[in-house]
Amino acid sequence: MSYNPFYYKWDFVKRRKLYFVISGVLLLIGILSVVIRGFNLGVDFSSGTRVDVLIGKPFVDEEVINISKEIGLTPDSVRSAGEGASTTAVLRYKGTITKEQFAELSQAYQAKYGEGTTLSESSISSEIGKELAKKAVYSVLIASIGIIIYITIRFEYRFAIAAVAALLHDVVMMVGFFSLFQIEIDTTFIVALLTIVGYSINDTIVTFDRIRENMKRMKMKTIEDLEELVNASIRQTLVRSINTVLTVLIASTALMIFGGEGIRIFSLALTVGLVFGVYSSIFIASQLWLVWKEQDFKKKKVRPALQND
Amino acid sequence: MVKWNRVLIFFLIVILMGVLMGTTTQYILKRITLGLDLKGGFEILYQVVPENGQKVTKDLLTQTSQVLDRRISALGVAEPKIDIEGQDRIRVQLAGVTDQTAARRMLATEANLTFRNEAGEILLKGADLKEGSAKVVFDEMGRPLVTIKLNDAKKFEELTRQYFNRPIAIYLDENMITNPVVRSVITNGEATISQGTVEEAKELAGLLNAGALPVTLNELSSNSVGASLGQLAMKKAIFAGYIATAIIFLFMILVYRLPGVIAVITLVTYIYLTLLFMVLIGATLTLPGIAAFILGVGMAVDANIITYERIKDEIRSGKTLLSSFRAGSRRSFWTIFDANLTTVIAGAVLFIFGTSAIKGFAVILILGIVISMITAVGLSRLLLNLIVRSNWLNKPFYYGVKESEISEL
Repeated sequence: MSYNPFYYKWDFVKRRKLYFVISGVLLLIGILSVVIRGFNLGVDFSSGTRVDVLIGKPFVDEEVINISKEIGLTPDSVRSAGEGASTTAVLRYKGTITKEQFAELSQAYQAKYGEGTTLSESSISSEIGKELAKKAVYSVLIASIGIIIYITIRFEYRFAIAAVAALLHDVVMMVGFFSLFQIEIDTTFIVALLTIVGYSINDTIVTFDRIRENMKRMKMKTIEDLEELVNASIRQTLVRSINTVLTVLIASTALMIFGGEGIRIFSLALTVGLVFGVYSSIFIASQLWLVWKEQDFKKKKVRPALQND
Repeated sequence: MVKWNRVLIFFLIVILMGVLMGTTTQYILKRITLGLDLKGGFEILYQVVPENGQKVTKDLLTQTSQVLDRRISALGVAEPKIDIEGQDRIRVQLAGVTDQTAARRMLATEANLTFRNEAGEILLKGADLKEGSAKVVFDEMGRPLVTIKLNDAKKFEELTRQYFNRPIAIYLDENMITNPVVRSVITNGEATISQGTVEEAKELAGLLNAGALPVTLNELSSNSVGASLGQLAMKKAIFAGYIATAIIFLFMILVYRLPGVIAVITLVTYIYLTLLFMVLIGATLTLPGIAAFILGVGMAVDANIITYERIKDEIRSGKTLLSSFRAGSRRSFWTIFDANLTTVIAGAVLFIFGTSAIKGFAVILILGIVISMITAVGLSRLLLNLIVRSNWLNKPFYYGVKESEISEL
């Protein structure tokens, strides 16, 4: 008897066109959403006005929000700062607030929390958030180039390009997901995005490593051989790919459910990225490599003189 | 035959590590620097704008930071963090500060003290003050006063003679703080500025002693977290960490059995070492940092999983346990190395291009990978090696392989 689990019957390459179509459609939806709907940018990325209301005693967030809403100003966020006599509600608004509106706000809060309630207003610049986003884009590109160079040295350029394509696939999926569902993006989202850039490549490498190893043992005569090579490699590393992501998913899901408000966006982004990451390393990365390799294979068959590897 | 001496060594190592970690963890935990978002406090990012079109130089930034540091000390904040960021920015983090308005005023005032005559002509400048000479004293009525000493007592004497019975106003930047009439010729080079409250007097003395800012500071962004809010965020994140770790432990033991138990031991070591190194390199733990840390626990088992799956493959192919262990460890090493190195590349890019929060995250990410190479590869191999060679618990079952899956050679 030998090891023959149920998934050894699965063919991971036969329907590769289907996977490409699924990913293509999802990517298109994501990109269209980004273009049409844009993002729900958090205060880190949008300029606006910040109003500090010195209340001097504990307050209920909803109450503070409602008072502002009655004047027609809906704050983006309310945060508590300070303690005891210096308890302050920090409100953030998108856009600017006129002098009249500010006076109205002051009156409303003083009516509610007493004469001693003082308000101060300052404008916030979106420069920092924008700069961070810009840096993130550069970081993703530079990291991609670094990874391509490394994999090209350790493996070959086809693996490198396929791995990075799968990586960018995951990044665009994450961005698209957050745009489509209009989930607020803050700076932690960018951190999550960059984490996925670093992590999602792992499983792809594990599978590629197995393809490379199997390639040494199997004779590649026909395209079918090549397909079988990729299939066998994916099957052999499937449990590994899933289990490694599973442990990280356990961590990110626990953070999402129990970790509190401050890291919810971060852990949600990670979870989404991890799911797309494992999908792309099983269904996209190796298949991209296969398609490319097959083309070279066909060329070689036709013109053996041009063979170069 | 079971070689019990190896089993004994295994348990000795595990118990020794357990004792070491058990006794020192509390000590390490206490020494971890918590970031503002966990401890509560106030953070401002300033853009440095030099006066009259000067260029922002490294020296100017350092000088500004020093002035800010002295001012913060006057505020009585322990361990302020002042970082120079990029070309022209300074980030000030004040843990535990609740009075933001006072902090803001104290930080961004240029604090140029000037003595002016009625026509607004500047008679004396901040540079004429003796460094660190400002003091709070009280007059006969118990009212607070700030006294300052001037470098050149002669010059001041002459001024007081010249402006006898006329007012000399004292300005802090463009605000007149007092406008006394000179009633006597002052020969000892000491001037007094009357103040309303003791707090105001202390603040002024602090500002004057810290020196004037050589630049204008524009506030780019600010952030404040209540201490209780930070504590709550930390509690929640740590709770999530416990749950995640418990489930991962359970998962590893159920799926990988004996090696799974070893993975748990190496994971605990991983957690311990990461905390230890965070203290050693003085990294600040922030909320994203905790997240990176918990995530790191999930990632650290990857190397274990890759190795154990490989060993399972080898056992299934019909090899003996020992040669399966050897081949599995050897073959999985480069896979793990390649996979981790790509993550390090990404982490390094984050570190180079990121802002302070992202840098902190990148440091923990890279640290986690390096430590996981030590624990999940090194330690795990050492322990597994002892068990495999002891012949104890050597059934394939203990390695998560069914007898029926093993092919005949």
